Parts: sequence; structure tokens; C-alpha cells
Amino acid sequence: MTSQAERQSLAEKTGLLPEEILRIEEALGRPPNETELALFSVLWSEHCCYKNSKRELRKFPTQGPGVLVQAGEENAGALDIGDGWAVVFKIESHNHPSAVEPFQGAATGVGGILRDIYTMGARPLCFLDSLRLGEIRGEDPGVRNNRRLLRGIVGGIAHYGNCVGIPTVGGELTFDPSYDGNPLVNVFCAGVVRHDRIQKGAAAGVGNPVFVAGSRTGRDGLKGAAFASRLLGSDSREDRPAVQVGDPFMGKILMEACLELFERKGVVVGVQDMGAAGIGCSTSETAARGNVGMEIDLDRVALREPGLHAADILLSESQERMLLILQQGREREAEEVFAKWGVPLQQIGKVSSDGLLRCRIGGKAVVELPARLLTEDAPVYEREAKTSLSSSEAILVERPLGLTECRSSWMAIAGLPSLASKEWVWQQYDWMVGIGTTMGPERADAAVLRVRLEGKTKYLAFTVDGNSRYAALDPYRGGEAAVAEAVRNLAVSGARPLGVTDNLNFGDPYRPEAFGQLRGAVEGIAEACRAFGLPVTGGNVSLYNESPIGAILPSPVVAAVGQIERKEEIIPMGFQREGDRLLLLGGWGKGLSGSIYAWEVLGRRQGPAPMVDLPQEQGLCSVLRALAARGVVHSAHDLSDGGLAIALLESSLTGTGCLGAEVSLPASPTAEELLFGESQGRLLITVAEEEKKAVEEECARREIEVQSIGWVTGSWLRLEQGQDRLEIELAELGRIWKGALTELMAATPKLD
Amino acid sequence: MRWGVVVFPGSNCDRDCLFVMQKVLGQEAIAIWHEEQDLPPVDAVVLPGGFSYGDYLRSGAIAAFSPIMGAVGRAARSGLLVLGICNGFQILCEAGLLPGALLTNADGLFHCHPAHLRVENNCCLFTRSFASGEVVQMPIAHGQGRYYADASTLDRLERSGSILFRYCDVHGERTREANPNGSVANIAGICNEEGNVAGLMPHPERACEPLLASTDGLRLFRSLASTPLEAEPGATYARSAAG
Repeated sequence: MTSQAERQSLAEKTGLLPEEILRIEEALGRPPNETELALFSVLWSEHCCYKNSKRELRKFPTQGPGVLVQAGEENAGALDIGDGWAVVFKIESHNHPSAVEPFQGAATGVGGILRDIYTMGARPLCFLDSLRLGEIRGEDPGVRNNRRLLRGIVGGIAHYGNCVGIPTVGGELTFDPSYDGNPLVNVFCAGVVRHDRIQKGAAAGVGNPVFVAGSRTGRDGLKGAAFASRLLGSDSREDRPAVQVGDPFMGKILMEACLELFERKGVVVGVQDMGAAGIGCSTSETAARGNVGMEIDLDRVALREPGLHAADILLSESQERMLLILQQGREREAEEVFAKWGVPLQQIGKVSSDGLLRCRIGGKAVVELPARLLTEDAPVYEREAKTSLSSSEAILVERPLGLTECRSSWMAIAGLPSLASKEWVWQQYDWMVGIGTTMGPERADAAVLRVRLEGKTKYLAFTVDGNSRYAALDPYRGGEAAVAEAVRNLAVSGARPLGVTDNLNFGDPYRPEAFGQLRGAVEGIAEACRAFGLPVTGGNVSLYNESPIGAILPSPVVAAVGQIERKEEIIPMGFQREGDRLLLLGGWGKGLSGSIYAWEVLGRRQGPAPMVDLPQEQGLCSVLRALAARGVVHSAHDLSDGGLAIALLESSLTGTGCLGAEVSLPASPTAEELLFGESQGRLLITVAEEEKKAVEEECARREIEVQSIGWVTGSWLRLEQGQDRLEIELAELGRIWKGALTELMAATPKLD
Repeated sequence: MRWGVVVFPGSNCDRDCLFVMQKVLGQEAIAIWHEEQDLPPVDAVVLPGGFSYGDYLRSGAIAAFSPIMGAVGRAARSGLLVLGICNGFQILCEAGLLPGALLTNADGLFHCHPAHLRVENNCCLFTRSFASGEVVQMPIAHGQGRYYADASTLDRLERSGSILFRYCDVHGERTREANPNGSVANIAGICNEEGNVAGLMPHPERACEPLLASTDGLRLFRSLASTPLEAEPGATYARSAAG
């Protein structure tokens, strides 16, 4: 055994804690050798084993009637969509790599989540992404760096996603100074698979051969997982070698080869993608899941360059590699398929019975560890959490603006990068390939895809949401609100929610405030999911999102998947018909705190987060689905960031023929609250005049407040409140909303 | 009519094209692997969109030397119908089966959105079901779609009526704003002088169903197909999808 002083010095070198090294020694009955210690240093990092967040994640509901593969069982969760088919989906972050090398960092984030989906046997269907960046307006060096990051991140996602031929159909992008130099890049991917073709990430069958397919193993991405589990510092650019480099062409042909091989039943026993900690992680995880061991000959791993040490080979995060455990005797079939696609395939070992991961190099044993000790038996901690809520006092505006005076504020928020049209982003993504994108970017609150499945046609809806302002004021409500908004976005698109996946982006878990935010958000997400009866099928945790300027806003992000029965039930968000009735469901709301208006225009970043009334949210969704089934809703849009003002703007500018509206507002609350307040649980829908009564009856049945607030008409937004009037031409609003981001990003492309 | 869709490693729109031909047009269509030395018996060949061989070197440059392109070139010279879409257009130019080249978009960015196109010539087999001067809509999705040809080649294209589509605004005007990639003379699609080989950057296969906002692409495929129009080939599928 090592002495305490030795352990301390090893701990500093590896990033492990001294007590973790002691724990390893006790489990092994000997000190680990250098290679073994290197394995532990990565596999026992937060990124790989969730040691600080696991206890919290256990609070999520994971069961449900449609759950085929639940959270933690495999690389991604799977839910039933009927007729023997399943949707497989997951969200994952690539924040740290994108901070130091935005293009490759984001590109490999796409490649990584893609492999997680087809590892399950599913053909990938679409991507969505949730991005957060620092301030991009102005000419400060930091601001220019944020523009450079945004350009690189969007370019990287486009580069990889477009090349592999999977459409990027939606997402979100918001800005806040807390993300300066520490952007968030969360990428969601979904795929479809027949129930009986779901692949397992477990090794089985003693003697079965173990293969590496895809790219050669090099030095890139060494210890990327450990890098992701540290704070970003001023020297983080030195970590650029820890960022992997993606090859989307190899990603595409590796995917096609794997999917073709999966079609041959019984050839593949187990399969696992290589992400964090590469061969070391994928071999120990598959062995541990299958309760077997594995013997690996590291000399047989095809290398990009000579001279890699055993630990380098085991921990390399070279992209576009898969671990395949094949049925002994059927190797030839795999070799044929991979040769057809021109993808290298190399046997590196075999499955053993003793539960040990054994690796040799140059004939010498360098690793002999229980596979479970590296993975399932990794430490789990309870961290200290401190709950800090923002003051509960509502924001008081001393001299509220009259309706007419709200004009310039409306214009101002329409041009905020967080609220402006994201056309500059999504036009760089191929959102149509696959000819299934029925509702693409800025067409409905959720992306809707038509999916063709051996003669059956299904419609699936996807959305990704999160509001860091609410989470900063109250992490619990922020968690609840993320789920509620995602479910609402599905409902207004006509979809019934099936399940969610989450990405938890927070600061240093060893800081009680940051850990308290994580815990609050998890509990809020869990409570909301229970209320909606939705399973959390997995997700990702990204901690240590702190740069020299401080921690990011707590950023829980929720992606939700829903299903629409018939194409007639799909609802767009834009106004469709002149003369339609404009109905507000869920009431006029009250207060401004937490709103983007309060934060960005009034500069008031305090007060309580908007309340989330889960029964009301459920009622709203039931009403919407009932109305969608009857096909009476011409358009529907939820009120979220920017309140009624932005909802009216978006419905006007994204519909057919640029139709505006006439709206009458009640005398109270104030015009500012009515226009810009973000009280939750509210929707704007349009129906034909003759359907108004039926909608009111449906709302009454579910105890949902409904107001008829005006009509769809004209090429302006015309509002009245008592004697006060406000009229804005859509052309004027459109120029600001559509042009803001494009102008910012196009201004100085080469200088940033 | 029997269609053949070539599949290169990195092709992305092969399945989309096969779906449109089989399920929307209701015709026979087969996939042809890029390593084939000879073409199977087909009436028309489609080179689909995507990133063949990762678009390494230049878009379409490596695919132009694949075994199947030898066979496609021979068949094209003896009159077989060949349609290149997006990456397929790039491959046809690289292979010398169409004149000109496709360069990186003027602003350096990938562009994916519906585009208005003016039909310049309806005398060829690919456009005969359109009216000359008609404005149609098909999506574009490319990073290297800026068509370029030298002045004498352009002149020949103009005089031989080989320019099939140009980017235009909603009224059919050939404006600079309507040109998404900086193509010379707003050119979106051309054919050879014999009229049997055509290439275009827009994706007709993405505009074949009302669900996807436009059906103008279907008319291009129908122009080529010998199917009588009154049979409404897409009708069977449309009914099954609705059910």
C-alpha cells in the first residue's frame, strides 16, 4: 500500500482524490500500476461516472408504460411508438471542447450523440441543439470572441450534421454574459428502431471476439473526459489537444456499415460507441454490463502514429470508432459489410469469464482490473448543497409605461439576439434531408417529422427547452418550467408527449451554491415529469462550467419527444387565415420578474421566478390535444420568452402571407405586464369564428381560463387598452426581428 | 420506366430519391453501388445529393473517378438520361459530362431554404412539363453551389438553350438578392447540348409532396417519366399515407 503522502502526490497528478486512490488499493489488495491509475483517473471523473450527480439523478421518474429501455441501462433510452417500433433519443453536451475549439468541439459533439443513437440499432432521424453564448453585441475583445465561438459552433454542427445526412430540425439559442468564454453546446439526436432490433451495449459469450471498427487510434482527445471535469481557466487553450477532431465522412460510413451489419440478425452480440475514455471505457462498460471479462491485446489496435503508451491507447478519444462484440464464427459477415463500406475493422481481443479487464502490450500485462470497479462500482458522493433563492419581492415599476409608450421596448426586445429570428443559424443546417421535415425551424413550436417505417407512417415531434433566467432566480422552478415549456411546445404542435431527456449544465459541484442549483433543478424536473406522467429516459450532466469571470447561469435543458396521430393534427405557430379569432388560453398573467424584458430592458435581474402551475399546464395540454384531434386549431403558439408581444410577433411573421392582428387589452395589469410578462401556462391560438364557442366549452370543461382577445387581420399589430393605442407595421418589426442576428454575425466575419 | 439511383459512400439523398420514385411516382427504382463497372438496365440514372467521399479534395472530385462514373459516362454519350442533383451536379461537372464548375457559396456559408426558380427552357426532356418562364419552388441545401463558367461557355449555354433554371424572386425577376450563392447569371441548373444530361443544385426530390410545401419537383421527375399524367402516380401513396 502507498503512504498518505504518496497518495496525495498521485492525487495531484491524476485529479483523483487521495481517498479514491485508497479505495482502489483496498479493492485490489495492491496499489494500481501507472496505466491502471490513468484508467481510473478518467473513468472515475464526473464526466464518465457522474459521481457527484448520481444521487440526484436517481430522483427522476424513469418508468412508464411505453418505456422499452430505461435511463442508465444502455447508451440511450427507447420508447414505444406503436406497431412494433421505438424512438431512441438522448441529449449530450460538448461545452468544454467548444469553448477552446468551437468548430471541432461542436462537430464532435454531433458525432458523439449520433453514435449513441445508432449504437442502439436505430437509424438516426434528426438533431436539435440548445446553444448558450455570451454577449455578441459590441466590439470588446470578449464580445468578438463570443461571435467567433458562435460562428465556429454553428459551422461545426452544420459541418458534421449536413455531411452525415441527418437533418438538424430545431433548437434554441440564447445569450447571457455569464456564458462569456464558456458556451453551452447541447445536441439532441433521435432515431427509430424496430423493438426486436434494439442492440445491447453488453458483452456476452465467453470466447466471442471483440473488434474495433472505424478510425485509427491517435493522440487526439487524450483525457478529454478529465478535461471536461475541470474548471475552464485562462490556460484552457493549452487543453486544445484534449479536443477531438471529427471526420464526418468516416462517421457516415461507419454508421451505414453498422446499421447494415445490425440487419444481419445474430452477428452482433454487443456494441458500444467510443466516446469519453475510448477503448478503456467501452471495454470495461460492456464487460461490466454483461457480467463478463475481456482480454484486450493493445498491440492489435490500429494506431495513427507509433509510440503510443498503453494508457494513451486506452484513453484516446479519437472519433468515429465503435466497439463490436461479434458472435464467434460469424466474423466473415462483419468483415464483408465493413469492407463494402471501406471501414477498417480489427479484432483486438475476446470475451472472458472472470469479470476482469485484462490488457497486454508488447506481451506484457498492463491492466488487470475488475471491470465493475472501473464503472458500476465507481464512487458516488453526496455533495453539500446550499439553496439560495432570489428575493421573493416582485419587481415594482415606479412609473409604468402606457401602451403607446411600449413601442420602443417592443422594438428593442424584437431585436435582442436571444429573441430575434435564428434564421442565420438554421439556414446553415440541412434541415430537410430525409424528406420528412413537416414542420422545420420557425414553423411550429416543436419540430415535426414524418417517419416512414416499412409501410407505416408516423409523425413525431421534438423540442428542446430551458430557461436559465428562471433557474437563476429559483432552480426548482427553472427545472419545472423547462419541462412545462417542452410539453407545451409539443401540445401546441398537436403532439402527445412520450418522454424527456435532460442536460444539466451547472458550475463546480464542490461549491455548495452550484450544487444546490443542480439539486433544485433536478427536483423541479422530476416533479414536473411525475405530474405529466413522463419518464426521463437518460441524459447528460455537465458540471464545472465556470470560467475566470465566474459560473454560468444554472442551465437545465430538457428535450421532449411527442407523437401526433394523423397529419391533420399538426398545428403551425403562424397565423393562417384572415378573420380568424385570436384566443388567449391561461389568462392575461401578472408581473414582470424573470422576464427577458425585466432582465434586458429594465436591468432588473431579481424577483421570484414565474410560478409553474402543473395541473393548469396539464389542463392546457389536454385542451389543445382535444382541439387538435378535431382539427379546429389553425395556429397555436405558447407564450414564453418575451410574453404576448413576442408571441404575436412570431405568429404574424411566420405564418402564411404575413398576417397581423387586432388585439384589445384589459385595463389592468399594466401594458408592460400584459405585453412582456412571462406568466407561465399560457397559449395563443386561432380558430374560425364559428369554432369559438366550442373552444370556450372545451376550456370550461378543463377549468382553463380563455379570453377572446381579437382577430387575425391586416399587415400590422394594432392593440388597444382603453383609450390607449399602439400600432406597429409588420414590415418594420420583421426587418428588426429577421435581420438582427444576421446583421450582427455578417458585419465583420473575418475580424472576429 | 425504371430508375437507377447511384449510391456513393457519403450519398445522403439516395434514399429520398428512391422513395419519391417508388412511392410517390409509383415506378420501379433501384440503387446502384458506386463500385459497379457496368450499369444495370435502367431508363434514367440519378446521381443524388450528399457528400460523396466526404467531398474531400473538392465536391464531387473523387466520385467523378469512381468505377460507376465510367459506365455512366459511356451510357450518357450514347443517349441515356442522367440527372445530377446537388452533389450529383457537382460530380457531373467534375466528370466533364456538363460544362462549368461549382464553387464555394459567395458568403462562405451553407444555405438550406426553399428557393424560387425560373424555368428558362421547357424544350428539353427534363423540363417539358413546365411552362417556359414559369416560377417554381424547390429547396436548396449546399455549401458549394456557386455555378461558374467562362464567358464563351456561358455564351454557348445561352445560345443552345442549355440553361434550365435560374434563381429568381417570387415574380420571376433575376435579382442579386434572389441568388443564394453568387452563381454566374443566377444559374441553378443546366443540361448538355444533346439534352440528355442535366444537373441542378436545388433538390426536386424534396418538393414532391404537399406535406413538404411544394410539388414542383415532382413535375421534373414526371417530365422524364413516360407515365401518362392522368394516372396520378402519387395518388396511391398519398392515400396510404393519409390512412
